[in-house]
Amino acid sequence: MRVGVVTFPGSLDDHDARRAVRIAGGEPVTLWHGDDSLHDVDAVVLPGGFSYGDYLRAGAIARFAPVMSALVPAAKGGLPVLGICNGFQILCESHLLPGAMIQNDHRTFICRDQPLRVENATTAWTSDFMPGEEITIVLKNQDGQYVADEATLDELEGEGRVTFRYVVEQGGHNPNGSYRDIAGITNRRGNVVGLMPHPEHSVEAGYGPSLDGLKFFTSVLKSVVNA
Amino acid sequence: MGNVVVDVMLKSEILDPQGQAVAFALPRLGFHQFTDVRQGKRFVLTVEGEVTEEVLAAAREAAETMLSNPVIEDVVSVRAESPLDSSSAESQV
Repeated sequence: MRVGVVTFPGSLDDHDARRAVRIAGGEPVTLWHGDDSLHDVDAVVLPGGFSYGDYLRAGAIARFAPVMSALVPAAKGGLPVLGICNGFQILCESHLLPGAMIQNDHRTFICRDQPLRVENATTAWTSDFMPGEEITIVLKNQDGQYVADEATLDELEGEGRVTFRYVVEQGGHNPNGSYRDIAGITNRRGNVVGLMPHPEHSVEAGYGPSLDGLKFFTSVLKSVVNA
Repeated sequence: MGNVVVDVMLKSEILDPQGQAVAFALPRLGFHQFTDVRQGKRFVLTVEGEVTEEVLAAAREAAETMLSNPVIEDVVSVRAESPLDSSSAESQV
């Protein structure tokens, strides 16, 4: 089971993503932003960090990287793709997922262990979770505020495509101002998932707040076997 | 040589954290008359020769497809640079 992890100029978490794939039992494959081939991988992770300095807008230049010319049609054809943090931003800029990310409403960088609720446990990347399960993984970002117009938000909710929501105490605020507390979403087919928090940092005892991140990677390995 | 000026602003319904940071800092310098600040982006695209209708059309397309993200931003204007935009005009201020 080959899971490609794309390295963009500025990617930080590509090594952790490859390590997570390996720990979950898959074979990680290094993909390069400047290469227009996906090398026959069975799934792809767009990792966190930065890309091309995030000039213009986060993910805006990465969208036009040669590797994306192969990835976008493959994702539309059903290839499982997970975008984490900057990878989520790239998926939005590529229009594989709706909406966009802007700066955190409080304008400060955030880095903390973040509880999330799994709202959709049927996607290629979340099938090992229970619906409604609460998990805790790392959240670290500057531009993490998910925004979209009301019609798009209603459509996402109506179609069950809000995949993760920030767990917010009654009367509290979510960590970055994201509309409707959205932390992650999926496409109609459920093969493309993007989220702000980082599952790849929570796959190993002794590192990160939990082992909850591992289920993203075990989910996709099963979805590929069952496909 | 000609220039095309493209102005992009966040949509009015989208919170502008950068503009807010500026708005909060202005009163500290004694500027109390400004109730809100929105910060945008200006691109200056240079071409060899005149800015023709074709050049403007290409600039509009670039503005819609790459320079702005229509989900969160509006292209406010795409126009040939006027003498008022040049640095010589600024020195008159």
